Amino acid sequence: MDACVVVFPGSNCDRDVKVALEAVAGRPVRMVWHADTTVPACDIIVLPGGFAYGDYLRCGAMAAHSPVMRDVVARAKRGTPVLGICNGFQVLTETELLPGVLMRNASLKYVCRDVRLKVEQPDTLFTSHYQKGEVIRIPIGHGDGNYFADEATLDELEAEGRVVFRYVDKAGNATAAANPNGAQRNIAGICDRSRRVLGMMPHPERLFEPMLGGSDGRKLFESLLATLH
Amino acid sequence: MKARIKVTLKNGVLDPQGKAIQNALASLGFTGVNDVRQGKYIEVDLAEANEGRAREQVERICKELLANTVIENYAYELVQ
Repeated sequence: MDACVVVFPGSNCDRDVKVALEAVAGRPVRMVWHADTTVPACDIIVLPGGFAYGDYLRCGAMAAHSPVMRDVVARAKRGTPVLGICNGFQVLTETELLPGVLMRNASLKYVCRDVRLKVEQPDTLFTSHYQKGEVIRIPIGHGDGNYFADEATLDELEAEGRVVFRYVDKAGNATAAANPNGAQRNIAGICDRSRRVLGMMPHPERLFEPMLGGSDGRKLFESLLATLH
Repeated sequence: MKARIKVTLKNGVLDPQGKAIQNALASLGFTGVNDVRQGKYIEVDLAEANEGRAREQVERICKELLANTVIENYAYELVQ
């Protein structure tokens, strides 16, 4: 699995995800600067967490129009898998590769803690190593993770099985108390129709080995490796 | 020609920042504030002097970058 990680000015989880990808895949990961106009040939493109362009105007808005993103969008449309984590998810919605938008947290507070997620859809190349309904522990760290889309879009996402992760309590229930940011229907991660573009607010790279305090995020990278080799 | 652009949240979209402002106003003793909605004001100075073409350009500017039309509306006026 050859992976490229896009680095925007203000990205700050680019190296974390590089470490996780390299540890799991055993191959060097290429870092691609936002001003580059093409992404090298690869099996997956990752948009990392951070605050690209200082989140000016809206989170992800400036990054979505950076030179490299034209190629990322074109490649995604031709079938290259794209994973957007946190700020990367925000960028994906701004490019319209994914529907909806990530708004300011309902609490107006930056939230940085572990949350419980339910894996709703193990039938994506990002989640094939998880069980359906498995509850995992993954950290979040964001001020704008409040997923919003109109009711029709939300219904469509549900009907097409595109809500991949949901915030839940320990028992696996999507309660209001388990929702850290006010996201509609406790949505933490969604994929596009091709199921090859995934955006998620939680950070799987932050808990990918026991030394970090947990390894529930590791299976996401192992799932990718199993499909992309 | 200048465009004075306002970007506001659509009706029905929760505005936690507006709510926080409303709460702050109440704690300052301003009574009778029924609701607060906040947004952005952006001035764009255009080289274009023709109003029709300027309007076309501003529409595209708003749709492509300044407003996310999933949650936001935009309105603008052109001034010489």
